[in-house]
Amino acid sequence: MEALEQLLAEHPFLQGLPSRHLSRLVDFAEAKQFDAQQFLFREGEAAREFFLIRSGQVAMEIYTARRGAITIQTRQAGDVLGWMGLKPPYQWNVDARAMTVVRVITLKVEGLWRLCEEDHELGYDLLKRHIGCMAQYFKSMKLQLVSLVHGV
Amino acid sequence: MFPRLFRVARRVRETPDTCTLTLTPEGPGDFSFKPGQFNMITAFGVGEVPISISGDPAQPLPLRHTIRGVGAVTQALCRLKPAEVVGLRGPFGTGWPLAEAAGNDIFIIAGGLGLAPLRPAMYQVLENRAAYGAVEVIYGARTPGDMLYLKELQQWRGRFDLRVHVTVDAAGPDWRGNVGVVTNIIPRARFDPYHTTALICGPGVMMRFVVQDLLKRGVREENIFISLERTMKCGVGFCGHCQLGPVFICRDGPVFSYARIREWFERRGI
Repeated sequence: MEALEQLLAEHPFLQGLPSRHLSRLVDFAEAKQFDAQQFLFREGEAAREFFLIRSGQVAMEIYTARRGAITIQTRQAGDVLGWMGLKPPYQWNVDARAMTVVRVITLKVEGLWRLCEEDHELGYDLLKRHIGCMAQYFKSMKLQLVSLVHGV
Repeated sequence: MFPRLFRVARRVRETPDTCTLTLTPEGPGDFSFKPGQFNMITAFGVGEVPISISGDPAQPLPLRHTIRGVGAVTQALCRLKPAEVVGLRGPFGTGWPLAEAAGNDIFIIAGGLGLAPLRPAMYQVLENRAAYGAVEVIYGARTPGDMLYLKELQQWRGRFDLRVHVTVDAAGPDWRGNVGVVTNIIPRARFDPYHTTALICGPGVMMRFVVQDLLKRGVREENIFISLERTMKCGVGFCGHCQLGPVFICRDGPVFSYARIREWFERRGI
């Protein structure tokens, strides 16, 4: 458990989180590894986990019958994956495919929600971190859209 | 400022709409340029356009220009065949401040065709590699098929004394690299913000976002350099076509420190 808490503390998303909060997250956390080409999750599946990527590269893909899978973004070590699954209907709307061997820490969504309801201080801290990720995500999406749609 | 005649020695298709022309001068005469400078090139009977020099300043001749065929003149230039002749005036403008950057980390960020004016800077940095600290390069293209200078990018990635990151806006499942915008890579770049000179060229929106992120990381405004594009006509600050606030891009630029043009860079109404 200590090792897992250490892994959580080292991830940029949780950097600076007090150890009393980290130790509570450990109950819902698990270190996992995915082989290259293995899917972390697929569109339509229930979103039960939230991912902190420790190493490797993950392709976020949307499948189209006409063009096959289109990679819309890649995520690397230090990134978080799956905040879209943290809201109802708790279902993935893209595929996440490991491009290389990928090591992650997963956090169970259900447990995470319960914990945030019980401990608002922790919940608020995590919410702020999520908002930071979302802001960064939407900023890069804006730039990507401008480039793809308008070619500038 | 009459054009000199140059003959097309070679045309290489880089992407479906972009080519690199190799040009040799007609008759004797030297040519030298600084990384970041541009020439005014004439497609006879069609018109004249400013095009950045994309070759090695240590071997200025033959000249190399990478051109995207988007208008009448650039499309005419991209259609030229070996032995055909163009007119050329230049070199014009300021260059990347590589001498002033000595001792600093170098952070090169290019988007799309923006790699062309940065390639001479890369050559010069690599030729004087010991003069600089860490060298990081980020190159973003729309798709894998839109990437320029693939062989050189691969050579640069193979070196141990620099780090090259490549990303595209969209890709199919065969692509094994990054997908996303160049700003996604900046957090992963290794550089000392206080001792970094950043050289940026690409679409205006991209440069604006990159500048914001570099400032957030602590890079100083006076150490962020961007290469600007505006309709340049005379090349010598005479006609006013490329005026941006108090500066003329052809004469005072195209390379500016962000500190100098902050008030006018990518602002609505200017």
